[in-house]
Amino acid sequence: MDRFGDAALYGFCVLAALLAAATLLAIGYQIVHGASPAISKFGLGFVFETKWLPSFGVFGAGTLLFGTLVSSFFALFLGAPIAIAIGLYLSLLAPRGLRAVLSPLVEMLAAIPSVILGFWGILILAPFVQGSIEPWLNDTLGFIPLFGPPQTTGSSIFTASLILTIMVIPIIASISRDLFLAVPRDVQDGASALGATRWEVVRGVVLPSTTSGIVAASLLGLGRALGEAIAVAQVVGAGEAIKASLFETGDTLAARIANQFPGAITEMHKASLFYLGVILLVIGLASNLAAQWIGRRFDYQRMATR
Amino acid sequence: MSAAPFDPTAPLTPSGNLRRRRLFSRFAEYGATSAALVAVAVLAIVVYSVAVEGASAISLDFLFEGAPVGIAPELVGTAELVAIATVIAAPIGVLIALYLTEFGDRRAAGPLRTTLDLMNGLPSIIIGLFIFGLIVEATHKQSGFAGSVALAIIMLPIIARGTQEVLLLVPANLREAADALGVSRWRTVLGVILPSAMGGILTATVLAVARAAGETAPLILLDSAFDGSEVSLNPFEAVPNIPTTIFRLSEEASPTGFAQAWGAGLVLLVFIMVSSLCARMLLARTRRRMAAQ
Repeated sequence: MDRFGDAALYGFCVLAALLAAATLLAIGYQIVHGASPAISKFGLGFVFETKWLPSFGVFGAGTLLFGTLVSSFFALFLGAPIAIAIGLYLSLLAPRGLRAVLSPLVEMLAAIPSVILGFWGILILAPFVQGSIEPWLNDTLGFIPLFGPPQTTGSSIFTASLILTIMVIPIIASISRDLFLAVPRDVQDGASALGATRWEVVRGVVLPSTTSGIVAASLLGLGRALGEAIAVAQVVGAGEAIKASLFETGDTLAARIANQFPGAITEMHKASLFYLGVILLVIGLASNLAAQWIGRRFDYQRMATR
Repeated sequence: MSAAPFDPTAPLTPSGNLRRRRLFSRFAEYGATSAALVAVAVLAIVVYSVAVEGASAISLDFLFEGAPVGIAPELVGTAELVAIATVIAAPIGVLIALYLTEFGDRRAAGPLRTTLDLMNGLPSIIIGLFIFGLIVEATHKQSGFAGSVALAIIMLPIIARGTQEVLLLVPANLREAADALGVSRWRTVLGVILPSAMGGILTATVLAVARAAGETAPLILLDSAFDGSEVSLNPFEAVPNIPTTIFRLSEEASPTGFAQAWGAGLVLLVFIMVSSLCARMLLARTRRRMAAQ
């Protein structure tokens, strides 16, 4: 009886583990399989082709890839410094009581469903961005092509980036807070004893010893931003061309799938949307694997200092 | 660092740029503090707008009637979808966690953890595409079940990793005591380890539920073609649900639709915030009890 019980429990556990691994493989297979008509018709040229005309059977991911990369990196560019500063505040500066209140609040930001954030983005953030932020940026930094004249609606790559920034911040902030809390106290005290100011302790001890962890956290945030479909679909404006200005409409890989898949009738349209999924999967897995690889290296480093 | 040679007889006074360094440090502290304030302010603004706009849309009819007045079918439907997903994901997640901690074969544990992390990082729209190819294409129609399976894949890594963390906290002396009494492995797991980790498993499950309840992208592909005028529970047809309704209303751009979307958003947000708060408190309690043992 006991021998049977042990074997059964072990068997179930192995089965569950295998199921998880099989699911991941099946996801990869199914996406590529769905995309295969488009892959065999368009080949690798699809990735850089900028025209997307479903009624003419012309499909290309160029515009979408551009929109995805620009909006995600811009979100990371805005969000990562803020998030790291929040991590520093929560781990080193905030009084204990305040930390216990603020930490959950920052994590709560990550719990807001993307569809609600996107809806808020359409009705509240976009008009504000279009009416206030975009004109101001255009006036002061208009000589840079990125900040062109504002458009009639607030739907733009820029607004999408701001929404993505809100999504990226809690991820990076909570990971970097944990990283900073793990930096040994005595090393920091040592730096203080040598006369370093609080900033110099951060600059000289805390940040250098956690760099790889911060990079890993940022990559995780990037992966989140790249794959966000709903909130971006709501505010990005489904544009069809690559524009220099951030204030123009654009579109991303994930948002295009969410917007067009339910209405896709022709086989090639569907397959092309699956092809977008393949590209998204490759970028997403790459950033995730890179994050894990860098994060693990960090673990070894910490083990070595102990 | 210092350019001048060290002079032991010099009086101990701050060097010339100490004022500047202190000032810089002060400014850095202000910067970090204001970054935290910005995050909290954004949360407050979003929650405030949803609360104010949503509260004016919510009434008894809104909560208990079908379309076009209310969202009762969507409420029931979302509960059903998430419940089915939990039934699928929770046992598998706990078993995976058990494999990682109790039967851990070191060579398999690393890749399995990587698998879970990759799964966690997958864009949810990709999971939607996967299930579309797997289930919807085969059955030729959207269904609540397809949506639930997609939600289960999203929940699985959250439950597995959360459970694993708590299992690692289970005191070793519990296991040793069971071993010393000659209790077999599976009885130890079912009778000792799982019960003492129950709080943590529940926490992880509630967090996963909170995440799945608001998940929209897969449902757009798998479970969005529903009528919504009355409650329909058959999981093999499209089941009405809140997230896709908010998405549809936000794309339709009509004032009454917007009001309904705010209302539905408020209901969803309250559910998610309350359940994440509960999970957090549960986790704190479990941690304390584990530490006391």
